[in-house]
Amino acid sequence: MNMTLIWIVQLLCVPALSPLCIGVIKKIKAKLQNRVGASIVQPYRDLWKLLHKDEIVSRDASWIFKAAPFIIYAVTLVAGASIPLFASFLKNPFTGDLITVVYTLAIGTFFLALAGMDTGSPFGGFGSSREMTVSALAEGGLVFSLFTVALVSNSTNLFAICATGQLLQGQSFLPMALAFSGFFIVLLAENARFPFDNPATHLELTMIHEAMILEYSGKRLALMEWASANKLVIFSALTANLFFPWGLAGNTGLFSIATGLAIFILKIVFFCGVIALLESGMAKLRFFRLPDLLIIAFIFNVIAIGLIKP
Amino acid sequence: MITLFTIPTTFTLLLSLFSAGAIGSLCLFNHDELANRWSGIFSIAGSALGIILGIAVMATGHTGSFVFGASSFPLLSLSFHLDQLSAFFIFTISIIALFCSIYGLGYVRHYYGKYSIGALGFFYNLFILAMLLVVSSANGLLFIIVWEIMSVSSYFLVVYDRQDKRNVKAGLLYLIMTHVGTAFIVLSFLLLYKYTSSFDFATIKAGMALIPSFVKNAIFILALIGFGTKAGIIPLHIWLPSAHPAAPSHVSALMSGVMIKTGIYMMIRMFLGLLSPVPLWWGLTVLVLGSVSALLGVLYALTEHDIKRLLAYHSIENIGIILLGLGSALTFSALNLPSLALLGLVAALFHTLNHATFKSLLFLSAGSVIHQTRTRNMEDYGGLIKTMPQTAFFFLIGAMAISALPPLNGFFSEWLTFQTLFHGMASLNYWTKWIFVLSAGSLAFTGGLALACFVKAFGAVFLARPRSDSASRAKESGLSLRIGMGALAMVILYLGLFSGMVVSFLERIAGDLGVFRDAPSLIASTDHSQLGIGLNFASVSAPVLAIGFILAVGAVWLAIKYGVYRKQNVRVGVTWDCGTNLTPRMEITATGFSRSIITIFKGILRPSLQHDIEYHDAESRYLPKSRTVTLGVRDVYQTYFYRPLQRLANDAFQRTTNIQSGNLNAYILYILIALIIGLYWVL
Amino acid sequence: MLKLFSKIARTSGNTISAKTLRSEQVEILAVGEKIQNHVKRLFRGSLAIRQIDAGSDNACEQELVALSNAFYDVERFGIHFVASPRHADMLMVTGPVTRNMAEAVRRAYDATPDPKIVVAVGDDAINGGIYKGSYGVCDGVESILPVHYHIPGDPPSPKMILVHLLKIFEGVDP
Repeated sequence: MNMTLIWIVQLLCVPALSPLCIGVIKKIKAKLQNRVGASIVQPYRDLWKLLHKDEIVSRDASWIFKAAPFIIYAVTLVAGASIPLFASFLKNPFTGDLITVVYTLAIGTFFLALAGMDTGSPFGGFGSSREMTVSALAEGGLVFSLFTVALVSNSTNLFAICATGQLLQGQSFLPMALAFSGFFIVLLAENARFPFDNPATHLELTMIHEAMILEYSGKRLALMEWASANKLVIFSALTANLFFPWGLAGNTGLFSIATGLAIFILKIVFFCGVIALLESGMAKLRFFRLPDLLIIAFIFNVIAIGLIKP
Repeated sequence: MITLFTIPTTFTLLLSLFSAGAIGSLCLFNHDELANRWSGIFSIAGSALGIILGIAVMATGHTGSFVFGASSFPLLSLSFHLDQLSAFFIFTISIIALFCSIYGLGYVRHYYGKYSIGALGFFYNLFILAMLLVVSSANGLLFIIVWEIMSVSSYFLVVYDRQDKRNVKAGLLYLIMTHVGTAFIVLSFLLLYKYTSSFDFATIKAGMALIPSFVKNAIFILALIGFGTKAGIIPLHIWLPSAHPAAPSHVSALMSGVMIKTGIYMMIRMFLGLLSPVPLWWGLTVLVLGSVSALLGVLYALTEHDIKRLLAYHSIENIGIILLGLGSALTFSALNLPSLALLGLVAALFHTLNHATFKSLLFLSAGSVIHQTRTRNMEDYGGLIKTMPQTAFFFLIGAMAISALPPLNGFFSEWLTFQTLFHGMASLNYWTKWIFVLSAGSLAFTGGLALACFVKAFGAVFLARPRSDSASRAKESGLSLRIGMGALAMVILYLGLFSGMVVSFLERIAGDLGVFRDAPSLIASTDHSQLGIGLNFASVSAPVLAIGFILAVGAVWLAIKYGVYRKQNVRVGVTWDCGTNLTPRMEITATGFSRSIITIFKGILRPSLQHDIEYHDAESRYLPKSRTVTLGVRDVYQTYFYRPLQRLANDAFQRTTNIQSGNLNAYILYILIALIIGLYWVL
Repeated sequence: MLKLFSKIARTSGNTISAKTLRSEQVEILAVGEKIQNHVKRLFRGSLAIRQIDAGSDNACEQELVALSNAFYDVERFGIHFVASPRHADMLMVTGPVTRNMAEAVRRAYDATPDPKIVVAVGDDAINGGIYKGSYGVCDGVESILPVHYHIPGDPPSPKMILVHLLKIFEGVDP
């Protein structure tokens, strides 16, 4: 297959799949609650409707409120194109470094928090405060779990890490298992999932991520929701491909690409299922218990680094 | 040949420009506007010349050593040595001084009539002159003299606004701490003199083999404390948060951006230049100090609601990050890994330059805001992005750069620091590996907490509705202020986009230090745009990132605006207020924003809460009339470290006054004892 | 957690079926503006509802909350409840609109982006219900906002609300 075509698929893969993942999570949660639940393509319809609605912008808002959804969405696109999704040969020496991806996503968090404060709404303000607290503490765990994986495979480029296929075998099993648990905790934290945040809550005093987008409407709301779905897919893709790097397409043949895509979608859907099971099985933690959980993630990764045999 | 001749001449011209600026403004002390213009023009011209000199020396690779005539003291020689490292620091100082002087032309106007502008011009030019001399002097005594000139002139600048009593107190604390530091520096130089019989740096370096190792360790500790006081390492930092806010804003920018870096310069010069080869524990100590300073600096910054104190604490944090690079360089050179040590030093130097640029930009924009609203308290700001849009934009660029967001320059220096620490984790023996792991952890948390702090700073100052009358009446700053800030923002963007080129340039500069001669380079910059480490180990490319972001934002905007639904209507409404009226009191405040983090870290920060209630009837105490809540952070350094030391010293000195008993017989006894000992010694 | 999952596995599904709902005979009371075609087309796949309590006695709220339970399950039709009027397409107002809530209801209406539908749920919201004529109420939502649909009942059972919603949702020609 043509390389340009493959790159187009890589670019569009994350935005195209993210509403599906959200739909799958909601469907599994509904089934576990003994309901039928919305269909798994419902988020696509929601986004379509929102893109066609009018918008209301507060008169206290500045250009940051208006520009933030575009910036946040663009950041998830760039990050999504830089990580290994379904092919291991799309190695990119420009933006494929793990520190780069982490800080690129941090741009999104920065503008999201600023947009929450911009309209002067009290909910947005404390939403931003809580989001920055959780994000500041999650950053340590995130960088360190990626460092653990990088130490095992001796490179900080994400594609090179995937290419080292021997990750979950032999002596590196225990460090990788610990790094995986640490990374999964950070995934839940950064994507506003249980036990950090309830994405379906209506109680503003308990919101973290939702509070910052209460003021958005119309197309900007669609972009914000889509961007947070993209972020979930990016983190799931990192979990799937760094810790379980099997099934990545090795060459540009059509069959190989198709299999790579199918296996990628299966892995992502599996992780969404795990998240949905967790959300149905546990309650949200009180806010001041969250730092304990995040520091546990950090310590798991420090122990993992100690267990790596050089 | 010609270059070697022109280095001394250019340097002399540089010094004379600043001296003319200083002396001229002092003479013009009666004419405010003229003094301001005179000092401004000369400092701008001098800084421009400094930039040219720095670039010329760095580009051509020539080093210049020259002596200014003979001095009357036998040990003091007015000798200067301009090598690559000095040229780099001269460049950094000059570029920041240039933009601060441009900013100062407009900013100083609001001191007209209140204080003497001539004195401001005099001390300002003297300060920059002294900094330039500090980084180029090659003789220990000359160094101490110009170091003192630098400290004293900055003291006068700190207490310039003397009507505010806090500034005077801050200046006094600054003067005491800087002299404590100078005392330690003098001690270390005296030890060096004792073993090499000279104050000249070149002679000291040649005689380094004769010094026993315990003396070297003593010199290390003394120099670390001495230069650390100037740089602002925790726990020697107590002067920084009060002195930097007290000075006028363009001076704060200079102090925070470049003056504390002179401490770093001398640490590099001494530890990697004069005193090498170094033992392992030096590097590990510097690493530990760096991690502690970085983490504690950003935590204290989060507790602040005075905008300039917040920025001052961030300087402490960034000095910590620079020390992480320097410490890893020292560790790797002790372990005989010169390429990795070079990487660490390049990371430290790049972060020095970057921090100078974005910290000055932040101080200058904060200065504009303070100038317009007449208060430093962030709780009185708000909504300024609508009345001061350009200042807000420059502050945003500075905030994004200091939080290490790509593609601005702060990200690339933190990336290099991360790579250095990562290599340390990968390739070392057990104990050093754990110190590197903890340093990397501290850097990771620092990055996240700095991001949180700047969301708080930018949000509380510029966003939402104005919280006080002065904020609603603010206007955009004047032209020269905006030119100074805008030029710094462009420098930040340039350094970020061309970081590959800058880093390969810096590598040549760092490699000039003797300890790194012939070290194979780990940094591979292909086409000068991509920054890479090792063979396929890690790489990042600034222009591709920047172009990627711009294209992505543009594509999304075009697709949404023109592709999806054209007839969409955007209406302006009121913020959703659940049906009640929103007052400015309902927005999040700076204190409220960081309350969660302070509660989480209360073991380290020791917040204090005081709750006073005044009742209508003091007897029954049932209906409160007013409540006052005072939130604060206890200053642990003064309570547990400095005051006990001070008490100990006072007690010891009190005891020695017992010698003066007033009894004549005792005094005669003292004379007899001294005579006996003296005779015994001589005979 | 495992005990919870095994209990979930053992419970049988008992959601009311969509076919019975669609075939219920009910007269849809559409008043006010005619909803234009493009609004019907817009909301065919997804409807976001914001519920406003304008001083009601909570009977209608209980019934609306019951809509999201496992028996009625309104989410399977693409209808969901949202937290902010800015995210909403439809405002369901309950209660006779007390004087103290009049301004708040008006602001919530202004905060909702176009195109929007207002539905008055319960007899209280339609014309004041059992509070009609009292000094503290404004006698129904129509005195404050332009209402598009009524759902009568005191309170209407969740089944009735659901049937009305489906008919509105699938585009009734009034």
